[in-house]
Amino acid sequence: MLSKNQARAFFLGGTVVFFLIFLGLSWHTLAREVPKQTHEENLTEAVVRGKQIFDKNNCMGCHTILGEGAYYAPELTKAYERKGEAYIKTVLTVKEPWQPRGRKMVAYAMSDQDASDVIAFLKWIGEMDLNGFPPKPDLQSKVPVPAK
Amino acid sequence: MKYKSQQVAWWFFALSGVLLLLQITYGFIMAFAHLGYDGLHEIIPFNAATATHKNLLVVWILSGFMGAAYFIIPDEAEHELISVPLAKLQFWSLAIVGVVAVIGFHLNWWEGRKFLEIPRPLDYLVVANVLLFLYIIIMTLWKGKKRTTTSLVLTMGLLFAALLYLPGMIWFDNQTMDSFFRWWVVHLWVEGVWELIMGGILAYLLIKLTGVDREVIEKWLYVIVGLTFISGVLGTGHHYYYIGTPKYWLLIGGIFSAMEPLAFLGMALFAVAMYRKGEKRHPNTMALNWTLGTAILSFVGAGLLGVAHTLPAVNLYTHGTFVTAMHGHLAFWGAYGMLVLGMITYAAPLLTGRKLYNAPGASYAFWLSNIGMIGMTTAFAAAGVTQVYLERKVGMDFIDTQQAMQVHFLVLIGAATLFTTGIVMFVVNFFKYGRPTDEALEPA
Repeated sequence: MLSKNQARAFFLGGTVVFFLIFLGLSWHTLAREVPKQTHEENLTEAVVRGKQIFDKNNCMGCHTILGEGAYYAPELTKAYERKGEAYIKTVLTVKEPWQPRGRKMVAYAMSDQDASDVIAFLKWIGEMDLNGFPPKPDLQSKVPVPAK
Repeated sequence: MKYKSQQVAWWFFALSGVLLLLQITYGFIMAFAHLGYDGLHEIIPFNAATATHKNLLVVWILSGFMGAAYFIIPDEAEHELISVPLAKLQFWSLAIVGVVAVIGFHLNWWEGRKFLEIPRPLDYLVVANVLLFLYIIIMTLWKGKKRTTTSLVLTMGLLFAALLYLPGMIWFDNQTMDSFFRWWVVHLWVEGVWELIMGGILAYLLIKLTGVDREVIEKWLYVIVGLTFISGVLGTGHHYYYIGTPKYWLLIGGIFSAMEPLAFLGMALFAVAMYRKGEKRHPNTMALNWTLGTAILSFVGAGLLGVAHTLPAVNLYTHGTFVTAMHGHLAFWGAYGMLVLGMITYAAPLLTGRKLYNAPGASYAFWLSNIGMIGMTTAFAAAGVTQVYLERKVGMDFIDTQQAMQVHFLVLIGAATLFTTGIVMFVVNFFKYGRPTDEALEPA
């Protein structure tokens, strides 16, 4: 039967071994892979300013980005590709709350410069290699189209 | 209670109860906003409500853990806390930082990083506060007569939780790296070191409530926390599937996440087995209900509902949907919410000397809150699955999907009303015990 000392060795040994493996993989991920997958060479000053504006206003408090955040407003990972620059700029700069079919966004009334920075950030996010996220709708083709 | 300084725990428990009620209020604000009733948008926009809801959760649970530690450590170490005034100072600074943070969220003073929204200057105050707390706990343990496994595991959990807060304070320009380290805090807290704290508190409650031999309970405690770290540390990988990190995390995260329920299963089997083995029947049966409840529901909420969406092929579609909210609610409630309420239920009669073990409403509080939370989890599941199919699988527009999901938020509000009724009864019951008194001290 397992003794208390053996149980303690299992806990301490297991923790140390798996934590070291985790640290090693984390180092590899951050030092070698993330710069490639996120195209760090395109991480311009505008993108960094855009991220700061994105954080400062807690955009993640309603939207998701890279699938992370809250679920009150649309996923933004591919927003640049989906909606285009002009649309996003309008949403960020208008002085009244943007409200597609009733769901209100805070009216940020951003300056042109700030809006451009956020757009640069969203464009950079949209170009990342995310292992296939967001997925393509795989059942779309199977939905029957009613005859007109 | 045996030691006068244990009384300081009461303040932390009281703060926990009040903040839990406030957290629920913000939950309602969000649920109504999802139904289209967003009349508070100008003062409390959704992002302020969600930041408040999530951070109040963290603070009321941490306050409960701190109260538990101030109650348990003197009892286990057989020594008064080294300083009650310092513990009181730590309490008030925690409460003030919490209130300032919540007010700040309403004034656009925050960082947009889920669960870690507290702005940087307040982060430093949190660190100072936690250092003071750890100083009091560790010095008490140091000066105490005994250093039991239960108290060491609990203290180790609290210490690691403090250390892991630090990576979340590093600034990164790259969103992926920012997220990578944010999960070091959030994941390694709730699926790592908080489980040490949980294991410690659970072991303490089982020793007290079942009368099973300490050596037996503490041996299994080591096995369970061992399983937690072996699965949970590399299980962090399930947050690294789709955020700009390499593909090997799909394999590692998938395998180790599938093992994560084992620790919770161990916890559930352990609690039930000790309850059956125990010959002592402690009169505080409500505390026993909460203790067994937390062991079982944490397995369902954190274990099973977690693994339901951590397979990479499933997570590709569920990542960033209400499926996460389904898991999150039952996991936090089962593992940490019920644990804190169980600790409070055990400690309140001992602190105040009023041995009302089966006070009217205590049983209703338990059942209503649990049935309500299971109902809420079901509503989130229905909303989440609808969202996954309509938006991710069929490609329907975001707002069209949201409108199709609205009925589930009606069910959510209904279930949340039951839950809230239970919690209000619990908190009222707690305050009815009155304040801690010296008359409750056991003669030495």
